[in-house]
Amino acid sequence: MLALPTTYLRDDNPQLIIEPLDAMTVIYHRRSGMTHIVAEPVPQILACMDTAPVTAADIARRIADTFEVDDAEVEAVIAARLEEMAELGIVERIRA
Amino acid sequence: MHEFRVQVGPAGFRIGSVWEAPIRTLAELYRDYPTPTITDYSVRLEAVSPWRRYIRPSVAINGDYMLPDAAPLPLTQALLAAEMAMNLQMALGWRRHLLLHASAVEKDGKALIMTGESGSGKSTLSAMLGHMGWRFMGDEFVLLDLVTGEATPFPRLISLKNEAIDAMQAQVAADRFGPLMCGTPKGDIRHLVPPRDAVQSMGVAARPALLLFPSFGFQSAVRPVAPSEVFARLTQASTNYVALGEAGFGALTGFVKGVPARAIDYRNGDEALTLVNQLWDDLA
Repeated sequence: MLALPTTYLRDDNPQLIIEPLDAMTVIYHRRSGMTHIVAEPVPQILACMDTAPVTAADIARRIADTFEVDDAEVEAVIAARLEEMAELGIVERIRA
Repeated sequence: MHEFRVQVGPAGFRIGSVWEAPIRTLAELYRDYPTPTITDYSVRLEAVSPWRRYIRPSVAINGDYMLPDAAPLPLTQALLAAEMAMNLQMALGWRRHLLLHASAVEKDGKALIMTGESGSGKSTLSAMLGHMGWRFMGDEFVLLDLVTGEATPFPRLISLKNEAIDAMQAQVAADRFGPLMCGTPKGDIRHLVPPRDAVQSMGVAARPALLLFPSFGFQSAVRPVAPSEVFARLTQASTNYVALGEAGFGALTGFVKGVPARAIDYRNGDEALTLVNQLWDDLA
């Protein structure tokens, strides 16, 4: 049986307070009370996520459209970051 | 129990002691400060054991907030014990402002804030500037208003260490100093009473305008500090950032985004003052 790709859901907008500082961005997660200092492409990933579940491939296509990069190369990086963000709790991992 | 009450900035303290001498010293040094009718915190200087009240007297630091592993101090350092205890109450209990472990001075309604590790010179620099036309706001904690972002004064006794003691004794009258305490965990310590204008104006806030990370003992140098580095370092310098939650995040990001920051290295007071004044003119 073909495995379906993992999908991710961004925590509701009010749950994340995102403040770009410089090359780094700080994020306050209301649900956990944790503060995260993150580098690219985490802010860009979050910016590409709305209220619908998405896969790493979906985000790669959206980022490739914006930044003119190869979406195949980007997808692996995004997949790794999404897993890290899921571990932190700022996105929810929805397994198919 | 002998008792003393003192208001410092927005916080009122009650200090109780089984010995009279520390209370007498506190009352003398804090003589210009107001007395609160309601106190926020209680501090107690107690004997480690009943016989240690009289035999090799040893002071246990107790209060509303305590650290069970805190080492007692000899009675000759009771003033230091009282000051440390007041610091502990603020560090562990204060929630009305974002606390930064830093010193601050004010000029023209704007605050210069200095933060760094012990020995960086933040207390000494604030003491020097406070006696050179700046208003001293505090040398232990900077209190940032959670809504306005302004710095609220907290001008306790200035804790001078080692070489800084001689430097300030050359500038300030002898009756403004507390006793010299040798052999403390941080070397020699002597407390300096802040200038009278610092006490009289301790209800007057100031807008943060420049943040410095001083380092004493290095060749004179200046470097910019990126906002993300400032943010990370200030979360380490804050004792209540985590406890304040979203309010703390908002106050800290507002501060980081609005206040220019520089790291300065200096070998002596003259070099430091030159750098401070130049950066203030350029950035504040």
